[in-house]
Amino acid sequence: MIEAKQLSKTFGDREVVKHVSFNVPQGQIFAFLGPNGAGKTTTIKMLTTLLDPTGGSVMLNGFDPRENPDEVRKSFGIVFQDPSLDSDLTAYENMEIHAVLYGLKKELYRPRIEELMKLVELYDRRGDLVKDFSGGMKRRLEIARGLLHHPKVLFLDEPTLGLDPQTRNLLWTYIKDLNKKEGITVFLTTHYMNEAEQMAQRIAIIDHGTIVAEGSFEELKKQTDTNSLEEAFLKLTGHSVREEGGEGQMRDMAKMWGGGKR
Amino acid sequence: MNTIYILWQRQVKKFLRSRSRIVGALGQPLFYLLALGYGFGSIFKQAGQGNYLQFLSPGVVAMTILFTSIFGGIEVIWDKQFGFLKETLVAPVSRLNIMLGRTLGGATVATVQGLLVIILAMIFGFRPETSHLILAVVFIFIMAILFTSLGTGIASVLDDMQGFPIVMQFIVTPMFFLSGSMFPVEGLPKVLGYIVHVNPMTYAVDGLRGLLVNTHHFSYATDWSVLIVVSLIFLAIGSWLFSKIKA
Repeated sequence: MIEAKQLSKTFGDREVVKHVSFNVPQGQIFAFLGPNGAGKTTTIKMLTTLLDPTGGSVMLNGFDPRENPDEVRKSFGIVFQDPSLDSDLTAYENMEIHAVLYGLKKELYRPRIEELMKLVELYDRRGDLVKDFSGGMKRRLEIARGLLHHPKVLFLDEPTLGLDPQTRNLLWTYIKDLNKKEGITVFLTTHYMNEAEQMAQRIAIIDHGTIVAEGSFEELKKQTDTNSLEEAFLKLTGHSVREEGGEGQMRDMAKMWGGGKR
Repeated sequence: MNTIYILWQRQVKKFLRSRSRIVGALGQPLFYLLALGYGFGSIFKQAGQGNYLQFLSPGVVAMTILFTSIFGGIEVIWDKQFGFLKETLVAPVSRLNIMLGRTLGGATVATVQGLLVIILAMIFGFRPETSHLILAVVFIFIMAILFTSLGTGIASVLDDMQGFPIVMQFIVTPMFFLSGSMFPVEGLPKVLGYIVHVNPMTYAVDGLRGLLVNTHHFSYATDWSVLIVVSLIFLAIGSWLFSKIKA
């Protein structure tokens, strides 16, 4: 379903992603882990048409983002690392804009929005402005929105960042359910290793722009001779703390301006 | 088409919901009308130029449209920071349609705000000609598209709000002051005259003044054609810059 071959991205002379290859078959939950600044978000951007790769190729649902960006865009739903709702609109309006942008017809999207908003338990709050929602509610809404157009692949870029354990647990339950019921392929990143352990059928660990290990949780444990994913992760990527690029600054800025209510 | 409509609707809804923004945006025009309109009124009359409030009001309306439109365009930065922009950029729609929807929405908001200021000025004694009112609304809308596109273009190349004061100081404020919105453009010093003549705002103010109070410096044809041509150019440049935004 997602196929990356020798995928590379350089910004100036900074190589952020170097010859990354992986293959995610349909219906799989795939965790893409790595320290801050390892190249996770850049890779996701290349998979989702937001960035052009400088080398290598991507196929998503059989389409090349460079040749058929719109087909690729229809094939996936995404929950970004940072909130991407319009907080001055209601929950329903946010869903409706998405439906229209994805070219859905009114008679089709109305019941679909209702169904999804009930699934994430927000239907009763559909007329409320998103700015009055808690961080967890916003995330749930974003997941519902990402699923609105029946995507084949769901990208989740640190979807549980800053959420309490209850909400995290609830979110992963939805996602696991969806994966089982609708066979949706899930590509996720997270810094919570236990989430990846429980959720992912396959895990790839990226560091300094290259994949340093790939396999199931059991395989990674065996390969690194450790007992938990956290230990395996630290063994593979070292203990030094990483610096984050511009994205992090942008996030701080958004928080400063009051967008950090999550 | 649906994309343009839903994004237009988004801007309009947000505007209608923020009463404080509507009222706040009336504050500045109010002070200009009061302080300048009444303050300079007697001098203007003594200089043989007639009723200053009649002269000033279209300028203040134009100012409101300039500021509201630029702000409407600049909102792109806001959406960059709060993430909504990404939601539109990964959607299977062309960037051109996203830009058009936003711009038309911003321009509609600015037009409404401009009309509110006309009403406000009327409370203080401004008496516009009613014969060209519909044409005036069309003119205001084109003007609003021009400046919203400019704002969108600027916002597309800025990454955060830190560059915003520079934009205000060096683009918007001079466009406003050096446009004949507050003084007649006849008999200006040479250099100033040149600046005034290359400023699209000058033609917007002049055209609007012509339509509202029937006094103008340039011909109708000049005002309309400058405005239409420049707004098309800005729309094209704005769309191009918008399409270059890296998420």
